[in-house]
Amino acid sequence: MEDFFELAGTKYCSRLIVGTGKYKDFAETKRAIEASGAEIVTVAVRRVNITDPNKENLLDYLDPKKFTILPNTAGCYTADDAVRTCRLAREAGVGKLVKLEVIGDDRTLFPDIPATLEAAKTLVKEGFIVLPYVTDDPITAKKLEEIGCAAVMPLAAPIGSGLGIRNPYNIRIILEQAKVPVIVDAGVGTASDAAVAMEMGCAGVLMNTAIASATDPILMAEAMRQGVEAGRKAYLAGRIPKKLYATASSPLDGILT
Amino acid sequence: MRFFSLMKIKINGEETDVTDGLSIFGLLELLRIRPGRVVVERNRDIVPRDSFTATMLAEGDILEIVHFVGGG
Repeated sequence: MEDFFELAGTKYCSRLIVGTGKYKDFAETKRAIEASGAEIVTVAVRRVNITDPNKENLLDYLDPKKFTILPNTAGCYTADDAVRTCRLAREAGVGKLVKLEVIGDDRTLFPDIPATLEAAKTLVKEGFIVLPYVTDDPITAKKLEEIGCAAVMPLAAPIGSGLGIRNPYNIRIILEQAKVPVIVDAGVGTASDAAVAMEMGCAGVLMNTAIASATDPILMAEAMRQGVEAGRKAYLAGRIPKKLYATASSPLDGILT
Repeated sequence: MRFFSLMKIKINGEETDVTDGLSIFGLLELLRIRPGRVVVERNRDIVPRDSFTATMLAEGDILEIVHFVGGG
């Protein structure tokens, strides 16, 4: 069975989107991404260190022909900064996909919602394919969809917290109403968290720290791949309802008396 | 006799003296930065890559030279 999700007309078979931050070096980044099976990888836009003799570039390790590069606006605290970052990213020639995040404060790294909505409007108008990081708020998710975002990306928990999905009921409401893919972004800690998101019917999961900061990032990348795949299959298979009392698995007929 | 003069520009927040008549492409060469891997913003306007050679720097220019790094 072919199973894929679509973002702006492109089909993706892997439902795991991974970040490229916090790795020991580019070689480890590459190995972890390969182990994760991800087809979409996020990157950040930063100043070139003009005095650094090490001129290796992340894109030397991640072929943009092989991976969809998803630049983020991490570190942006205003709509203007986020839009500026997206424009710079687009000029790099890796496409129009952007992960929009406008941060509200540095302790929680929760998004600034009014600024996120404002930036999303501008970016959609300018032809970007906008994937916004958002709190698990169904109303904001709906507004972002109405603006024209290609997906909505509610957080499971604060970025890098590893807490897993804190409010599954809100994610369920978002899933019920959304006509665009819902991708859980941020807060996943381990493979079961990713599986839970997929079992609920999310189109995908985006993560960075849970893999990069694991003791063995390569093994965790593989675990996340399997967690996402298992969760997706369980969702498609249709789980049994939860019941309070037992139902026997073995036949009741023919029991010895 | 003066062969060339210097001008002050700002690159990624740092004030720097460069020779007059330097293009963006020339500056990147000087800094040993591969033009194909960076995006340049000059006074808040993005300079398209195919204009790197034709774009001459001017006194007081503020440049941002950015690239992709690891991020989530």
